[in-house]
Amino acid sequence: MTTTTTELTGGGAAPDAAAPPAAKTRRGGGGLGSYLLVRFLLIFPTIFILVTTVFVLMRLTGDPITAAQGGRLPAAELAARIKEAGYDRPILVQYWEYLTGVFTGDFGTAISDGREVTAMLTSFGAATLELAVYALIVAFVVGIPLGRLAAYLRDRWPDAVLRVFAILCYATPVFFAGLVLKLVFAVNLGWLPVAGRASTGAEIQLQTLESRTGIYLIDAIRLGDGEVISDVLEHAVLPAIALGLLTAGVFLRLVRTNVISTLGTGYVEAARSRGVSERRLLRKHAYRPALIPIVTVIGLQIALLLGGAVLTETTFEWKGLGFQLVEYLQARDFVAVQGIVVLAAVIVALVNFVVDVIAALIDPRVRY
Amino acid sequence: MATVATPGTSTATSSERRPRGWRGLPVVRQVRQSVGLQRGMLVTGLVLTGIFLLTALLAPLLAPYEYSQLRDPSGPFGAQQPPSSEHLLGTTVGGYDVLSRVIWGSRTALLVIVAAVAMSIVLGVLLGLVSGYFGGWLDRVLVVIADAIYAFPSLLLAIVVGIVLNGGESSLAGGIMAAAISITVIFVPQYLRVVRAETVRIKAEAYVESARVIGAGHWRIMSRHVFRNATRTLPLILTLNASEAILTLAGLGFLGFGIEPTAASEWGYDLQKSLSDVTSGIWWTSLFPGLAIVLVVLGLTLVGESLNDLADPRLRVRRRGGTSPADVAGTSVVPAAAAVPTDREPVKEAGL
Repeated sequence: MTTTTTELTGGGAAPDAAAPPAAKTRRGGGGLGSYLLVRFLLIFPTIFILVTTVFVLMRLTGDPITAAQGGRLPAAELAARIKEAGYDRPILVQYWEYLTGVFTGDFGTAISDGREVTAMLTSFGAATLELAVYALIVAFVVGIPLGRLAAYLRDRWPDAVLRVFAILCYATPVFFAGLVLKLVFAVNLGWLPVAGRASTGAEIQLQTLESRTGIYLIDAIRLGDGEVISDVLEHAVLPAIALGLLTAGVFLRLVRTNVISTLGTGYVEAARSRGVSERRLLRKHAYRPALIPIVTVIGLQIALLLGGAVLTETTFEWKGLGFQLVEYLQARDFVAVQGIVVLAAVIVALVNFVVDVIAALIDPRVRY
Repeated sequence: MATVATPGTSTATSSERRPRGWRGLPVVRQVRQSVGLQRGMLVTGLVLTGIFLLTALLAPLLAPYEYSQLRDPSGPFGAQQPPSSEHLLGTTVGGYDVLSRVIWGSRTALLVIVAAVAMSIVLGVLLGLVSGYFGGWLDRVLVVIADAIYAFPSLLLAIVVGIVLNGGESSLAGGIMAAAISITVIFVPQYLRVVRAETVRIKAEAYVESARVIGAGHWRIMSRHVFRNATRTLPLILTLNASEAILTLAGLGFLGFGIEPTAASEWGYDLQKSLSDVTSGIWWTSLFPGLAIVLVVLGLTLVGESLNDLADPRLRVRRRGGTSPADVAGTSVVPAAAAVPTDREPVKEAGL
């Protein structure tokens, strides 16, 4: 009975600390510095757990070489190659090696095309980054003003239309949105290119550039050729819309709900009673605080965006990590797949950290 | 309007008295409770979901052909045939009838949803209860793991799990289970977090303490007092997760981790196969499976969202005029308890 009582009293503080678990041990009233430190240290267990999970899952079925070449090579040669690559050693040794490799930035060599996984990640990562940034721009430009509008016209017909639009954004798989956009704007109307990141001519011109960033728009601007720039942008429109609308729906709903709830708070009521106009209330008082949660939600959106990027890239043959992931999956190249998935884990952990830091800087209540 | 409000109140109280009276979701009460636009959204969602369920159940009667049928007595169907009287929605690149594939696809989707949601609820609730109730290092480890997995792109996780399970799976049951397990892995952390948070809160409630004083064991408190109260919010998450399950299944199918076309019909797989059709202007192979996904997800999401809004007094649309605060409070008792953690109402239902 004594143990349960201590549990009970201990449980009293638990709900507050429930969200970020390891921060629980910190006493209240800590400064920004200690909060950031704890938050930073939390990145490592997160990445560690994800890397371990991925490693264990991928290796449950056996070694990568059998997965990729099994059935195609004679058994003796297969065994020789497994031995050569070191996959016959105890799994814990391999795990340790992989873990140390990951932390020094070495992800091994892809089995199907023999490329260094790290080099593959950086070159295709640039393409995915470019797409993600475009998509985020679309999401901001579409989601935030519309969410504000919906909150302003709450429970009237535009609100209903916008809410259904937001749900439709979520309900439409990105690849289907992509297919429809392609069908209408690329095939039927012929306004925009069907697929790819640039037309062949532009690609060749971009290849001539020294020390390319891999982000086509930046490269095109450095090239200084107007035609190449517009070509690159034209190719980006449909993928960016397909992927961006997915997140736009989330932003719309979030801004709407937050603006509605801030419109009901005491300080807005106070301003209203002082005779501040509704329009000004929305613009000056209710809107800005409602944007803070967006910052935190972006952290979770990155995960959605990365998942969506895989599908968008496949739909539009956008040669980024997602497109490459599917290629490697078809080749059953587990080393490369593992590299991409681990990179995604690292990105998610880092973005969430940055987002938490920004949230703490904006809103002092977050630090504790 | 006042007359409408009063029966609404009585429904809430009567359902309070017989909480197990409704089968599954207490949807009828919410429909009565809702007004105007909110009711429209809820009813639309219910209709779409109903059509989906009926289609899935009656697929053999509705579909003109089998999902893997390539020919009828008069000869093969032919590939990429435009819609005609024989094939209302045309045929696919593989020579299947699109309409039949779309109808049969609903059955696959339903099976995957049911399997995935059932597995994740059992696992998630169990882990959440244990984690929240006992606390300690186990709790911390579980929460850190759940948070890590929760933040990770769910589709990528499903793919990784899919790889492990998809070792040459092509049968119907195998394929469906593989997809369902992939989706379960994504959902378990969500259920764990929700149930754990509720459990931690309920654990500190007076009635749990009373039960403990009487001498009830951990198991009895967990199963009788905590479980029944901690799982009240689950129906809301459930509908939203069902829609997410469909999207994940379609995503997996689109990336080539779906179920073989001879084993079952799957919308995502059909969309992947139609990818090359689009460039040549063939629209019927992609449009219809895609629309099926959109409508089902839309229906489930509308239901989930509406239930969610109705459960949250701040978001619920109130009847205009004639509604006294008492009426509003009366109708909000049960859902508010589900949504607002500080509500004390669960004490009543704890049987003490």
